[in-house]
Amino acid sequence: MSAATSLNIEKIREDFPILHQLVHGKPLIYFDNAATSQKPYTVIDRIHQYYSFENSNIHRGTYYLSELASNYYEGARDTIQQAINAAKREEVIFVRGATEGINLVASSWGRSFLKAGDEIIISGMEHHANIVPWQQICIEKGAVLKVIPVDENGEIHLDDFKNLINEKTKFVSLVQVSNGIGTINAIKEFIDIAHAHQIPVMIDGCQAAPHMEIDVQALDCDFYTFSGHKVFGPTGIGVLYGKESLLEVMPPYQFGGDMIRHVSFQKTTFNDLPYKFEAGTPHISGAIGLAAAFDYLNSLGRGNLLQYENELFAYADAKLNQEVAGIRLLGNARKKIPVFSFVVEGTHPLDIGTMLDFEGIAIRTGNHCTQPLMERFGVSASARLSLAFYNTKEEVDKFVIALNKVLQLLR
Amino acid sequence: MTIQEIENDIVVEFELLGDWQEKYQHIIAIGKKLPSFPLELQTEENKVRGCQSNVWLVSSFNEGKIFLQGDSDALIVKGLVALVLRVLSGKTPDEILNTQLSFIERLGMQSNLSPTRNNGLAAMIKQIKFYALAYKAKTNS
Ligand SMILES: Cc1ncc(COP(=O)(O)O)c(C=O)c1O
Repeated sequence: MSAATSLNIEKIREDFPILHQLVHGKPLIYFDNAATSQKPYTVIDRIHQYYSFENSNIHRGTYYLSELASNYYEGARDTIQQAINAAKREEVIFVRGATEGINLVASSWGRSFLKAGDEIIISGMEHHANIVPWQQICIEKGAVLKVIPVDENGEIHLDDFKNLINEKTKFVSLVQVSNGIGTINAIKEFIDIAHAHQIPVMIDGCQAAPHMEIDVQALDCDFYTFSGHKVFGPTGIGVLYGKESLLEVMPPYQFGGDMIRHVSFQKTTFNDLPYKFEAGTPHISGAIGLAAAFDYLNSLGRGNLLQYENELFAYADAKLNQEVAGIRLLGNARKKIPVFSFVVEGTHPLDIGTMLDFEGIAIRTGNHCTQPLMERFGVSASARLSLAFYNTKEEVDKFVIALNKVLQLLR
Repeated sequence: MTIQEIENDIVVEFELLGDWQEKYQHIIAIGKKLPSFPLELQTEENKVRGCQSNVWLVSSFNEGKIFLQGDSDALIVKGLVALVLRVLSGKTPDEILNTQLSFIERLGMQSNLSPTRNNGLAAMIKQIKFYALAYKAKTNS
């Protein structure tokens, strides 16, 4: 076994209190990180501290606590700006999560700029959250949704994308990393081609953010969104990045609170970016907790994490292929995060998941909110393990033993 | 036997088994024994809204009693379907309408089989009660 990684994983695991418990008498093996990630003490403690000593509403008080909370909230925006390398802090909007980020753009941009006959391009491996909002705005506007096909390996191709582009194409929204099968898409190339046709591109970075560094300027994407809970931060908070020039010309998505500058019963004027898109009291503790999550990731070194995850990926990939008879992994892309979606001939994923739970193992079964992708592979459901940097090769070993035991019972 | 007596029988049967693994093996064995639906019965119409697994159910009514057939593409669910059929098939609409099934919770398999787990079981029981109502209305009219 290679010892290439410089990280002490056992020590890192101590940062995550939830990992140290027994489930049905067995040590918990948490392999459902694509659904949500676990939180380190630094995030939990930061939220605890906020509510214990700093809580108040922001941007309005003249008093000490409100200023404190405002500073931490805006400080969190700065942290996120640095984390994703946005050019301006005004381009970082706090939302509830990726679902809201996509809905915001589909609704605000789509309602203003789409017309009948226009086309939007997505891919065949999108999460429902990056399908349905576009589908709905298309229905409303009489626009058409076009889909880049996914090949047998679980990849999408530039040629197919180019073939879909024409003068009616008005927007592209693509997933950077598939939650269903783990494919890492070469999104920069897709963005460049779209831009050559002056088409704006949104990236769903939900599964990318936990595994790789994001640089929205290098990507040159027009919008980027991800959820806090998948990057070791709290639930209920996420980020929408948008280029200022686009955000400026888009109407507000929701109305009330901080997004308003002046209200009379005749007319209301709206606040500047980013507040224009942050209606109502925001998730203050969530934003602060999310910033703590990025601080934590940076303290470990994102390059180190990636290197370790690649090791873990190769280990698990080989182990599953070699030691589980009859397994069929969905997608075999050249570049992947450690996500493995599989079916086993003659068994139902639900049975596998139910039985593994008794071994203390948490995996996801079902369609992973990617029904079209599952259909592409001719299945209605799969079992999925998705690993994070706090997972170990020993856990993978235990998983394979448990899986084989379960399969024996089921066949 | 009454519904409750059959339920009690099942619970005793499972009490004799050891750990979760034996209990699951038993459920799986029961599932494997239940004849699968012929393809022509695996229709959308006969499908019970589950979540992850498909559950199919058909019923018939004869001499005041409801007879049920069921199937699932997931083996554990299929075993549970078989158990539910064992308890409810051949009973009158009133008997079915007046029961609150409890045996699943009493199998000692913790929450894994609870109807809240989206395994289609709750929907299936609801569907059976719905049939019972319909057959009852038909006999009364
Ligand atoms: C690729 C992808 N996009 C979007 C989402 C939606 O994220 P959320 O439910 O946090 O809004 C998810 C979550 O599973 C995802 O994996």
